[in-house]
Amino acid sequence: MTGQEALFEYLLRLGDNALILGHRLSEWCGHSPALEEDLALSNVALDLIGQTQLWLNLAGEIEGKGRDADKLAYLRDARDFRNLLLVEQPNGDFAATMARQFYFDAWHYLLLRELTGSKDARIAEIAAKGLKEVTYHLERSQEWVLRLGDGTEESHRRMQAAIDDLWMYTGEMFESDEVDQAMMRESVGPDLAALHEPWLGLMRTTAEDATLTLPQPGWAQRGGKRGMHSEHLGYILADLQFLQRAYPNATW
Amino acid sequence: MYAQMVKTGVDHIQSKEEMSPEERAFQDRVDQDIKIEPKEWMPEAYRKTLIRQISQHAHSEIIGMQPEGNWITRAPTLERKAILLAKVQDEAGHGLYLYCAAETLGVSRDELMEQLNSGKAKYSSIFNYPTITWADIGAIGWLVDGAAIMNQVPLQRCSYGPYSRAMIRICKEESFHQRQGYDAMTKLARGTPEQKAMAQDALNRWWWPSLMMFGPSDAESVHSAQSMRWKIKINSNDELRQKFVDQTVPQAEYLGLTVPDPDLKWNAERGHYDFGEVNWDEFYQVIAGNGPCNRDRLRTRVKAYEEGRWVRDAADAYAAKKAARAKAKAA
Repeated sequence: MTGQEALFEYLLRLGDNALILGHRLSEWCGHSPALEEDLALSNVALDLIGQTQLWLNLAGEIEGKGRDADKLAYLRDARDFRNLLLVEQPNGDFAATMARQFYFDAWHYLLLRELTGSKDARIAEIAAKGLKEVTYHLERSQEWVLRLGDGTEESHRRMQAAIDDLWMYTGEMFESDEVDQAMMRESVGPDLAALHEPWLGLMRTTAEDATLTLPQPGWAQRGGKRGMHSEHLGYILADLQFLQRAYPNATW
Repeated sequence: MYAQMVKTGVDHIQSKEEMSPEERAFQDRVDQDIKIEPKEWMPEAYRKTLIRQISQHAHSEIIGMQPEGNWITRAPTLERKAILLAKVQDEAGHGLYLYCAAETLGVSRDELMEQLNSGKAKYSSIFNYPTITWADIGAIGWLVDGAAIMNQVPLQRCSYGPYSRAMIRICKEESFHQRQGYDAMTKLARGTPEQKAMAQDALNRWWWPSLMMFGPSDAESVHSAQSMRWKIKINSNDELRQKFVDQTVPQAEYLGLTVPDPDLKWNAERGHYDFGEVNWDEFYQVIAGNGPCNRDRLRTRVKAYEEGRWVRDAADAYAAKKAARAKAKAA
């Protein structure tokens, strides 16, 4: 794998995480527990769609085959998607959505913070813009974990179930493969393993404040980064890509 | 128009002589275009009518999120997806401003939501039609938001302060929505033959329901006359409908699309388009709950509300615990 190929892969991962999670959050619009949440969840989704455009446009530029963000988002099949398994998990109840969001936001925040120092100025610039948004995302999802964990008996039970249920998808975030290592060597991206401790620290203190029990380390489901996805992704793409697939070469 | 056929509870328009001194002072203020604010005295019928009108408008925004929300996950580009999501989000925001405006009249958002969920409260008939293709999203922005703007722009000058101010904010966003809808339609009308057919089909399906949004002729209605006297209704339904047709027909022509009305013809003498008769039977059926989507719209709303209850309860419980802890700490 050349440096350019690794960089392309790396950017796809960043873009696809934002794309798929933004998509999942957009599914809530009009169905959330309160109008204020329709507004807030849509805000987060809009931020992530914006980040998707930046990452995937840059990926297309690096690839140099004339693909832009839309072509990459709408015309790849599931095996070519590079998002984490975590972000493609179904919304479930509001607790599951917030557990998924909190796990991801905390990691996303730590990652983007490192990427603002990337040797690649284009990446540093996108990361700096994203970091402002993700700082707010993290505050919000953390606040919801506290509210639900320390709210009512029912919300506590649901929040505990959600963090238990999604825990096995968090390990993948901290595992480096040859793409991550190549980026690390070039000082483009951080050592993912080094993000684990600060992430865990935030998980522990938040769980404690929320009267929740953090799951024990265990088996990590992995594969999303390399295109090995759950069955859920295909349905996301069926929705997302319908018009582009049904009417090839049309402009919208 | 998001509020249709709002009843005022009056059976005739009072003359100034029939009014009590308070009622007369109130009507004088309205006549002088002085805004009525929440703490001021107002006739009970004015207050009740406004609650009905504002909440119907708010409910329409909330239910209106569904037909468009139906395409958020299937929007054809990232930009279209972001625009559509932002638009539906704005509708939630409009609902929120309007519920707040209604709350100044002494009713709670929860009460209004219960009225909507129980089927007691009405919302605009237009949102009971399905969005079958992507072109429907363009058509809604162009026609439905276009019709809504016709009604809402004059309401910026309505007599009730909080409602007037909500309208000013809403109108700014609505005109952006309408442009986006027309832009999406333009892309389709200039696109492939299949896209153009999709656009024409959407216009065929949304044209008449859009004209129905203005409500039946109210030239003879005592309720409309009373609402106009109170300046919470500015124009008659027929005036607004005519204005909408006059504005929209040239836009359709510009797109190369055909308005589905064989009787549509420019009348040089009147300086307006003549147009065919709206099928009011269909309108009354939709209002009565028999539109293609009435049941789905309401069920979806009730489901979101009921399934969100534990979340709202948790937020309340947490806030109470937090406040209690802060109090204990301070003591």
